[in-house]
Amino acid sequence: MAKVTFTLNGETVTVDEPLNMRFLDILRKELGLTGSKEGCGEGECGACSVFMDGWLVNSCLLPLASVEGRDIMTIEGYRETKRYKVLENAFVEEGAVQCGICTPGMVMAAENLLNRNPSPSEEEIRIALAGNLCRCTGYEMIFKAVKRASKEGEGLW
Amino acid sequence: MVKHVIPKTYEEALDHLSEGTFKVLAGGTDLMVKNRSWSETPARFKQDILYIHNLEELRYIEDRGDYLAIGALTDYETLLRHEAVPQVLKDCMLEIAGPGIRKVGTLAGNIGNASPAADGVLTLYLLDAKLVIEQKGSAREALIDDVIVGPGKTTLSNEEIIKEIRLPKTRFTKTRFLKVGGRKADAISKVAFAGAVTIEDGVVKDLRMALGAINVTVVRLRDVEKRHIGETISAVQDNIVSIKNAYVPHIKPIDDQRSNRVYRKRVAFNMIEDFITTMHTQD
Repeated sequence: MAKVTFTLNGETVTVDEPLNMRFLDILRKELGLTGSKEGCGEGECGACSVFMDGWLVNSCLLPLASVEGRDIMTIEGYRETKRYKVLENAFVEEGAVQCGICTPGMVMAAENLLNRNPSPSEEEIRIALAGNLCRCTGYEMIFKAVKRASKEGEGLW
Repeated sequence: MVKHVIPKTYEEALDHLSEGTFKVLAGGTDLMVKNRSWSETPARFKQDILYIHNLEELRYIEDRGDYLAIGALTDYETLLRHEAVPQVLKDCMLEIAGPGIRKVGTLAGNIGNASPAADGVLTLYLLDAKLVIEQKGSAREALIDDVIVGPGKTTLSNEEIIKEIRLPKTRFTKTRFLKVGGRKADAISKVAFAGAVTIEDGVVKDLRMALGAINVTVVRLRDVEKRHIGETISAVQDNIVSIKNAYVPHIKPIDDQRSNRVYRKRVAFNMIEDFITTMHTQD
Protein backbone atom coordinates (compact mmCIF):
# COMPACT_ATOMS: atom_id res chain seq x y z
CA MET A 1 0.00 0.00 0.00
CA ALA A 2 1.15 3.51 -0.72
CA LYS A 3 -0.37 6.96 -0.72
CA VAL A 4 -0.89 8.46 -4.14
CA THR A 5 -2.25 11.96 -4.64
CA PHE A 6 -3.75 13.30 -7.85
CA THR A 7 -6.44 15.66 -9.09
CA LEU A 8 -9.70 13.99 -10.00
CA ASN A 9 -12.36 16.01 -11.78
CA GLY A 10 -10.98 19.19 -10.25
CA GLU A 11 -10.53 17.95 -6.69
CA THR A 12 -7.42 16.72 -4.94
CA VAL A 13 -7.71 13.05 -4.01
CA THR A 14 -5.38 10.80 -2.02
CA VAL A 15 -5.78 7.05 -2.08
CA ASP A 16 -3.89 4.47 -0.04
CA GLU A 17 -3.79 1.40 -2.26
CA PRO A 18 -1.22 -0.91 -3.89
CA LEU A 19 0.77 0.90 -6.60
CA ASN A 20 0.15 -1.98 -9.00
CA MET A 21 -3.63 -1.60 -8.88
CA ARG A 22 -5.11 -0.71 -12.24
CA PHE A 23 -6.32 2.87 -12.16
CA LEU A 24 -9.65 1.69 -13.60
CA ASP A 25 -10.22 -0.38 -10.45
CA ILE A 26 -9.30 2.56 -8.23
CA LEU A 27 -11.93 4.66 -9.99
CA ARG A 28 -14.68 2.07 -9.97
CA LYS A 29 -14.07 0.21 -6.72
CA GLU A 30 -12.41 2.69 -4.38
CA LEU A 31 -13.89 5.95 -5.62
CA GLY A 32 -17.27 4.72 -6.85
CA LEU A 33 -16.91 6.29 -10.29
CA THR A 34 -18.41 3.60 -12.50
CA GLY A 35 -18.76 5.67 -15.68
CA SER A 36 -15.49 4.25 -16.99
CA LYS A 37 -16.13 0.67 -18.08
CA GLU A 38 -14.05 -2.45 -18.35
CA GLY A 39 -14.54 -4.05 -21.74
CA CYS A 40 -11.42 -6.05 -22.52
CA GLY A 41 -8.93 -5.15 -19.78
CA GLU A 42 -6.07 -5.13 -22.27
CA GLY A 43 -6.23 -1.85 -24.14
CA GLU A 44 -8.20 -3.00 -27.15
CA CYS A 45 -11.66 -1.54 -26.53
CA GLY A 46 -11.23 1.95 -25.07
CA ALA A 47 -14.27 1.67 -22.76
CA CYS A 48 -12.08 2.63 -19.78
CA SER A 49 -10.78 5.85 -21.38
CA VAL A 50 -10.08 8.83 -19.10
CA PHE A 51 -8.09 12.04 -19.53
CA MET A 52 -4.68 12.38 -17.94
CA ASP A 53 -3.29 15.92 -18.17
CA GLY A 54 -5.74 16.54 -21.00
CA TRP A 55 -4.91 13.46 -23.07
CA LEU A 56 -6.90 10.31 -23.60
CA VAL A 57 -5.47 7.22 -21.85
CA ASN A 58 -6.70 3.69 -21.17
CA SER A 59 -7.20 3.46 -17.40
CA CYS A 60 -7.08 -0.35 -17.43
CA LEU A 61 -3.42 -0.21 -18.49
CA LEU A 62 -2.41 2.45 -16.01
CA PRO A 63 -0.92 1.35 -12.70
CA LEU A 64 -1.93 3.60 -9.82
CA ALA A 65 1.74 4.62 -9.53
CA SER A 66 1.62 6.44 -12.88
CA VAL A 67 -1.17 8.73 -11.70
CA GLU A 68 0.82 10.39 -8.88
CA GLY A 69 0.61 14.16 -9.31
CA ARG A 70 -1.50 13.95 -12.48
CA ASP A 71 -4.67 15.74 -13.44
CA ILE A 72 -7.38 13.19 -14.19
CA MET A 73 -10.81 13.77 -15.70
CA THR A 74 -13.32 10.97 -16.01
CA ILE A 75 -16.65 10.93 -17.84
CA GLU A 76 -18.27 12.02 -14.55
CA GLY A 77 -16.25 15.24 -14.63
CA TYR A 78 -16.61 15.74 -18.36
CA ARG A 79 -20.40 15.45 -18.23
CA GLU A 80 -20.52 18.79 -16.40
CA THR A 81 -19.15 20.65 -19.44
CA LYS A 82 -20.98 22.36 -22.30
CA ARG A 83 -18.99 20.28 -24.75
CA TYR A 84 -20.36 17.11 -23.21
CA LYS A 85 -23.94 18.34 -23.65
CA VAL A 86 -23.30 18.89 -27.36
CA LEU A 87 -21.83 15.41 -27.73
CA GLU A 88 -24.63 13.83 -25.70
CA ASN A 89 -27.25 15.48 -27.85
CA ALA A 90 -25.47 14.46 -31.04
CA PHE A 91 -25.15 10.83 -29.88
CA VAL A 92 -28.88 10.76 -29.05
CA GLU A 93 -29.91 12.43 -32.30
CA GLU A 94 -27.86 10.06 -34.44
CA GLY A 95 -28.84 6.92 -32.54
CA ALA A 96 -25.20 6.34 -31.63
CA VAL A 97 -26.00 4.63 -28.32
CA GLN A 98 -27.36 1.13 -28.04
CA CYS A 99 -26.18 -1.02 -25.12
CA GLY A 100 -24.11 1.90 -23.83
CA ILE A 101 -21.00 0.12 -22.59
CA CYS A 102 -18.71 1.73 -25.16
CA THR A 103 -20.40 5.14 -24.98
CA PRO A 104 -18.37 6.83 -22.22
CA GLY A 105 -15.14 5.85 -23.99
CA MET A 106 -16.49 6.97 -27.37
CA VAL A 107 -17.47 10.35 -25.94
CA MET A 108 -14.04 10.77 -24.33
CA ALA A 109 -12.26 9.81 -27.57
CA ALA A 110 -14.46 12.30 -29.45
CA GLU A 111 -13.48 15.06 -27.01
CA ASN A 112 -9.81 14.09 -27.39
CA LEU A 113 -10.20 14.65 -31.14
CA LEU A 114 -12.38 17.78 -31.17
CA ASN A 115 -10.24 19.49 -28.56
CA ARG A 116 -7.32 19.42 -31.01
CA ASN A 117 -9.19 19.36 -34.29
CA PRO A 118 -12.61 21.09 -34.06
CA SER A 119 -13.60 20.32 -37.67
CA PRO A 120 -12.34 16.82 -38.39
CA SER A 121 -12.83 14.96 -41.66
CA GLU A 122 -14.56 11.58 -41.75
CA GLU A 123 -11.14 9.91 -41.99
CA GLU A 124 -9.80 11.85 -39.00
CA ILE A 125 -12.83 10.83 -36.95
CA ARG A 126 -12.25 7.19 -37.82
CA ILE A 127 -8.58 7.39 -36.83
CA ALA A 128 -9.41 9.16 -33.56
CA LEU A 129 -11.99 6.54 -32.62
CA ALA A 130 -9.94 3.56 -33.84
CA GLY A 131 -9.02 2.55 -30.29
CA ASN A 132 -12.67 2.14 -29.28
CA LEU A 133 -14.79 -0.90 -29.99
CA CYS A 134 -18.58 -0.95 -30.31
CA ARG A 135 -20.40 -4.23 -30.78
CA CYS A 136 -23.85 -2.74 -31.41
CA THR A 137 -24.00 0.25 -33.70
CA GLY A 138 -21.70 -0.65 -36.56
CA TYR A 139 -19.92 2.67 -35.93
CA GLU A 140 -21.56 4.73 -38.67
CA MET A 141 -23.94 6.45 -36.26
CA ILE A 142 -21.08 7.22 -33.91
CA PHE A 143 -19.03 8.82 -36.69
CA LYS A 144 -22.09 10.85 -37.70
CA ALA A 145 -22.64 11.92 -34.10
CA VAL A 146 -19.08 13.25 -33.83
CA LYS A 147 -19.51 15.08 -37.13
CA ARG A 148 -22.79 16.56 -35.90
CA ALA A 149 -21.23 17.62 -32.60
CA SER A 150 -18.37 19.34 -34.42
CA LYS A 151 -20.93 21.41 -36.36
CA GLU A 152 -23.42 22.08 -33.60
CA GLY A 153 -20.72 22.83 -31.06
CA GLU A 154 -18.91 25.28 -33.31
CA GLY A 155 -16.89 27.69 -31.17
CA LEU A 156 -16.90 25.41 -28.14
CA TRP A 157 -13.83 23.53 -29.27
CA MET B 1 7.23 -9.95 -1.31
CA VAL B 2 7.47 -7.84 -4.46
CA LYS B 3 8.59 -4.25 -3.87
CA HIS B 4 6.95 -1.30 -5.63
CA VAL B 5 8.97 1.91 -5.84
CA ILE B 6 8.33 5.31 -7.43
CA PRO B 7 11.66 7.17 -7.69
CA LYS B 8 11.43 10.95 -7.37
CA THR B 9 14.34 11.65 -9.72
CA TYR B 10 16.26 9.88 -12.45
CA GLU B 11 19.30 9.78 -10.18
CA GLU B 12 17.26 8.05 -7.52
CA ALA B 13 16.09 5.54 -10.14
CA LEU B 14 19.73 4.69 -10.96
CA ASP B 15 20.42 4.23 -7.23
CA HIS B 16 17.56 1.77 -6.89
CA LEU B 17 18.70 -0.15 -9.97
CA SER B 18 22.23 -0.45 -8.60
CA GLU B 19 20.94 -1.97 -5.39
CA GLY B 20 18.14 -4.28 -6.46
CA THR B 21 16.72 -6.38 -9.27
CA PHE B 22 13.92 -4.20 -10.52
CA LYS B 23 11.85 -4.41 -13.64
CA VAL B 24 11.48 -0.88 -15.02
CA LEU B 25 7.91 0.11 -15.87
CA ALA B 26 7.64 3.12 -18.21
CA GLY B 27 4.14 3.45 -19.72
CA GLY B 28 3.19 -0.05 -18.60
CA THR B 29 1.01 -0.79 -21.64
CA ASP B 30 2.78 -4.11 -22.17
CA LEU B 31 3.66 -5.04 -18.58
CA MET B 32 0.17 -4.37 -17.22
CA VAL B 33 -1.35 -6.74 -19.77
CA LYS B 34 1.36 -9.40 -19.40
CA ASN B 35 0.92 -9.45 -15.63
CA ARG B 36 -2.78 -8.78 -15.38
CA SER B 37 -4.80 -10.64 -12.85
CA TRP B 38 -8.54 -10.64 -12.15
CA SER B 39 -10.52 -7.40 -12.32
CA GLU B 40 -10.30 -5.36 -9.12
CA THR B 41 -7.05 -7.02 -8.07
CA PRO B 42 -3.52 -5.65 -8.53
CA ALA B 43 -1.34 -6.70 -11.45
CA ARG B 44 0.58 -9.80 -10.47
CA PHE B 45 4.24 -8.89 -10.93
CA LYS B 46 6.87 -11.52 -10.19
CA GLN B 47 9.68 -9.01 -9.77
CA ASP B 48 10.24 -5.72 -7.93
CA ILE B 49 8.90 -2.83 -9.99
CA LEU B 50 10.40 0.61 -10.51
CA TYR B 51 7.68 2.97 -11.75
CA ILE B 52 9.42 5.68 -13.78
CA HIS B 53 6.42 7.14 -15.60
CA ASN B 54 6.65 10.41 -13.67
CA LEU B 55 10.33 11.18 -14.37
CA GLU B 56 9.73 14.30 -16.45
CA GLU B 57 13.47 14.70 -17.06
CA LEU B 58 13.28 11.72 -19.44
CA ARG B 59 10.65 13.40 -21.64
CA TYR B 60 12.33 15.38 -24.40
CA ILE B 61 13.05 15.54 -28.10
CA GLU B 62 16.24 17.46 -28.93
CA ASP B 63 17.86 18.27 -32.22
CA ARG B 64 21.59 17.84 -31.68
CA GLY B 65 22.85 18.54 -35.18
CA ASP B 66 23.82 15.08 -36.46
CA TYR B 67 21.09 13.27 -34.64
CA LEU B 68 17.74 13.58 -32.93
CA ALA B 69 17.76 12.69 -29.23
CA ILE B 70 14.58 11.19 -27.80
CA GLY B 71 14.25 10.88 -24.03
CA ALA B 72 13.18 7.42 -22.87
CA LEU B 73 9.76 8.47 -21.62
CA THR B 74 8.69 10.39 -24.73
CA ASP B 75 5.33 8.90 -25.68
CA TYR B 76 4.23 7.89 -29.19
CA GLU B 77 1.61 10.61 -29.45
CA THR B 78 4.24 13.29 -28.79
CA LEU B 79 6.54 11.76 -31.42
CA LEU B 80 3.66 11.70 -33.87
CA ARG B 81 3.16 15.45 -33.47
CA HIS B 82 6.79 16.59 -33.43
CA GLU B 83 8.12 18.21 -36.60
CA ALA B 84 11.68 16.85 -36.33
CA VAL B 85 10.63 13.18 -36.08
CA PRO B 86 11.30 11.27 -39.35
CA GLN B 87 8.18 10.60 -41.41
CA VAL B 88 8.69 6.83 -41.48
CA LEU B 89 8.67 6.77 -37.68
CA LYS B 90 5.47 8.83 -37.67
CA ASP B 91 3.88 6.48 -40.21
CA CYS B 92 4.80 3.66 -37.84
CA MET B 93 3.51 5.44 -34.72
CA LEU B 94 0.14 6.01 -36.36
CA GLU B 95 -0.25 2.26 -36.84
CA ILE B 96 0.65 1.46 -33.25
CA ALA B 97 -2.35 0.88 -30.99
CA GLY B 98 -4.83 3.77 -30.65
CA PRO B 99 -4.69 7.30 -29.22
CA GLY B 100 -5.08 6.22 -25.57
CA ILE B 101 -2.17 3.77 -25.65
CA ARG B 102 -0.03 6.07 -27.78
CA LYS B 103 -0.12 8.76 -25.10
CA VAL B 104 1.38 6.37 -22.56
CA GLY B 105 3.50 3.92 -24.57
CA THR B 106 7.18 4.71 -25.18
CA LEU B 107 9.88 3.62 -27.63
CA ALA B 108 12.17 2.75 -24.73
CA GLY B 109 9.48 0.46 -23.31
CA ASN B 110 9.00 -1.07 -26.74
CA ILE B 111 12.75 -1.83 -26.81
CA GLY B 112 12.87 -3.17 -23.25
CA ASN B 113 9.91 -5.41 -23.94
CA ALA B 114 11.78 -6.74 -27.01
CA SER B 115 8.86 -8.35 -28.76
CA PRO B 116 9.76 -9.69 -32.24
CA ALA B 117 6.51 -8.05 -33.42
CA ALA B 118 7.26 -4.59 -31.98
CA ASP B 119 6.57 -2.02 -34.71
CA GLY B 120 8.51 0.79 -33.03
CA VAL B 121 11.59 -1.40 -32.69
CA LEU B 122 11.36 -2.38 -36.36
CA THR B 123 11.49 1.24 -37.45
CA LEU B 124 14.38 1.97 -35.09
CA TYR B 125 16.37 -0.81 -36.81
CA LEU B 126 15.65 0.85 -40.14
CA LEU B 127 16.87 4.22 -38.89
CA ASP B 128 20.13 2.84 -37.37
CA ALA B 129 18.97 3.99 -33.94
CA LYS B 130 21.50 4.08 -31.15
CA LEU B 131 20.58 3.69 -27.52
CA VAL B 132 22.12 5.44 -24.58
CA ILE B 133 22.13 2.90 -21.78
CA GLU B 134 23.05 4.13 -18.35
CA GLN B 135 23.79 2.79 -14.92
CA LYS B 136 24.99 4.50 -11.80
CA GLY B 137 28.38 6.02 -12.63
CA SER B 138 28.62 4.99 -16.30
CA ALA B 139 26.90 5.05 -19.67
CA ARG B 140 27.29 3.23 -22.95
CA GLU B 141 25.97 3.74 -26.46
CA ALA B 142 24.91 0.79 -28.60
CA LEU B 143 23.23 0.12 -31.94
CA ILE B 144 19.73 -1.26 -31.37
CA ASP B 145 20.65 -4.50 -33.23
CA ASP B 146 23.25 -5.19 -30.54
CA VAL B 147 20.84 -4.63 -27.65
CA ILE B 148 17.93 -6.86 -28.63
CA VAL B 149 18.99 -10.51 -28.75
CA GLY B 150 15.76 -12.52 -28.71
CA PRO B 151 12.08 -12.49 -27.79
CA GLY B 152 11.92 -10.51 -24.54
CA LYS B 153 15.72 -10.60 -24.29
CA THR B 154 18.12 -7.66 -24.30
CA THR B 155 21.73 -7.13 -23.30
CA LEU B 156 20.66 -4.74 -20.54
CA SER B 157 21.90 -5.74 -17.11
CA ASN B 158 19.81 -5.35 -13.97
CA GLU B 159 21.59 -2.10 -13.14
CA GLU B 160 21.01 -0.54 -16.54
CA ILE B 161 18.23 1.59 -17.98
CA ILE B 162 17.56 2.93 -21.47
CA LYS B 163 17.94 6.67 -21.10
CA GLU B 164 17.80 7.98 -24.63
CA ILE B 165 17.29 6.97 -28.25
CA ARG B 166 19.42 8.64 -30.91
CA LEU B 167 18.31 8.81 -34.51
CA PRO B 168 21.05 9.77 -36.98
CA LYS B 169 19.73 12.34 -39.46
CA THR B 170 19.30 10.86 -42.90
CA ARG B 171 17.41 12.09 -45.91
CA PHE B 172 15.68 9.40 -47.91
CA THR B 173 13.94 9.78 -51.24
CA LYS B 174 11.31 7.26 -50.21
CA THR B 175 10.30 5.47 -47.04
CA ARG B 176 7.56 3.00 -46.25
CA PHE B 177 6.05 1.49 -43.14
CA LEU B 178 3.62 -1.33 -43.81
CA LYS B 179 1.90 -3.47 -41.25
CA VAL B 180 -0.45 -6.40 -41.59
CA GLY B 181 -2.64 -6.80 -38.54
CA GLY B 182 -6.07 -8.12 -37.69
CA ARG B 183 -7.49 -4.65 -37.26
CA LYS B 184 -6.55 -1.09 -38.22
CA ALA B 185 -5.81 -0.11 -34.61
CA ASP B 186 -4.75 -1.91 -31.46
CA ALA B 187 -3.41 -4.86 -33.43
CA ILE B 188 -0.12 -6.64 -32.93
CA SER B 189 1.55 -7.22 -36.30
CA LYS B 190 1.24 -10.51 -38.14
CA VAL B 191 4.06 -9.18 -40.33
CA ALA B 192 5.52 -5.68 -40.57
CA PHE B 193 7.91 -4.01 -42.98
CA ALA B 194 9.89 -0.79 -42.96
CA GLY B 195 11.88 0.34 -45.98
CA ALA B 196 13.95 3.36 -46.95
CA VAL B 197 15.86 4.27 -50.07
CA THR B 198 17.87 7.20 -51.38
CA ILE B 199 18.12 7.51 -55.14
CA GLU B 200 20.16 10.18 -56.89
CA ASP B 201 20.26 10.47 -60.68
CA GLY B 202 18.91 6.96 -61.05
CA VAL B 203 21.56 5.47 -58.76
CA VAL B 204 20.77 3.80 -55.45
CA LYS B 205 22.78 5.55 -52.74
CA ASP B 206 21.11 3.98 -49.72
CA LEU B 207 18.81 0.98 -49.42
CA ARG B 208 17.36 -0.40 -46.20
CA MET B 209 14.71 -2.97 -45.37
CA ALA B 210 13.61 -4.27 -41.98
CA LEU B 211 11.06 -6.99 -41.30
CA GLY B 212 9.22 -7.74 -38.08
CA ALA B 213 7.33 -10.74 -36.64
CA ILE B 214 9.10 -13.20 -38.96
CA ASN B 215 12.01 -14.23 -36.74
CA VAL B 216 13.09 -14.01 -33.08
CA THR B 217 14.31 -10.45 -33.65
CA VAL B 218 13.82 -7.86 -36.39
CA VAL B 219 15.56 -8.92 -39.60
CA ARG B 220 17.71 -6.32 -41.29
CA LEU B 221 20.42 -7.63 -43.62
CA ARG B 222 22.95 -4.84 -43.97
CA ASP B 223 25.27 -6.96 -46.16
CA VAL B 224 22.55 -7.57 -48.70
CA GLU B 225 21.60 -3.89 -48.72
CA LYS B 226 25.23 -2.80 -49.20
CA ARG B 227 25.71 -5.10 -52.15
CA HIS B 228 23.36 -2.91 -54.16
CA ILE B 229 24.57 0.53 -53.18
CA GLY B 230 25.90 2.30 -56.26
CA GLU B 231 23.81 0.25 -58.67
CA THR B 232 21.21 1.74 -60.98
CA ILE B 233 17.52 1.33 -60.13
CA SER B 234 17.04 -1.19 -62.93
CA ALA B 235 20.12 -3.19 -61.91
CA VAL B 236 18.71 -3.58 -58.40
CA GLN B 237 15.23 -4.39 -59.65
CA ASP B 238 16.57 -6.97 -62.12
CA ASN B 239 18.15 -8.69 -59.13
CA ILE B 240 14.90 -9.11 -57.23
CA VAL B 241 15.15 -12.92 -57.27
CA SER B 242 18.61 -12.96 -55.73
CA ILE B 243 17.63 -10.30 -53.21
CA LYS B 244 14.66 -12.38 -52.08
CA ASN B 245 16.83 -15.49 -51.98
CA ALA B 246 19.20 -13.74 -49.58
CA TYR B 247 16.33 -13.34 -47.12
CA VAL B 248 15.23 -17.00 -47.31
CA PRO B 249 17.38 -18.24 -44.39
CA HIS B 250 16.18 -15.32 -42.23
CA ILE B 251 12.45 -15.37 -42.80
CA LYS B 252 11.49 -18.02 -40.26
CA PRO B 253 8.08 -17.11 -38.90
CA ILE B 254 6.06 -19.18 -36.45
CA ASP B 255 2.45 -20.25 -36.14
CA ASP B 256 0.69 -18.48 -33.29
CA GLN B 257 -2.70 -17.05 -32.35
CA ARG B 258 -2.26 -14.13 -34.74
CA SER B 259 -1.16 -15.82 -37.95
CA ASN B 260 0.71 -18.77 -39.41
CA ARG B 261 4.11 -19.33 -40.95
CA VAL B 262 2.91 -19.91 -44.52
CA TYR B 263 1.00 -16.64 -44.65
CA ARG B 264 3.67 -14.64 -42.89
CA LYS B 265 6.41 -15.93 -45.17
CA ARG B 266 4.48 -15.15 -48.30
CA VAL B 267 3.52 -11.65 -47.16
CA ALA B 268 7.10 -10.89 -46.07
CA PHE B 269 8.52 -11.75 -49.50
CA ASN B 270 5.74 -9.77 -51.20
CA MET B 271 6.63 -6.77 -49.07
CA ILE B 272 10.30 -6.99 -50.08
CA GLU B 273 9.44 -7.38 -53.75
CA ASP B 274 6.91 -4.57 -53.73
CA PHE B 275 9.30 -2.14 -52.07
CA ILE B 276 12.14 -2.93 -54.48
CA THR B 277 9.95 -2.68 -57.57
CA THR B 278 8.40 0.63 -56.48
CA MET B 279 11.42 2.25 -54.84
CA HIS B 280 11.71 4.91 -57.54
CA THR B 281 8.04 5.96 -57.48
CA GLN B 282 6.10 7.77 -54.78
CA ASP B 283 3.30 5.80 -53.12
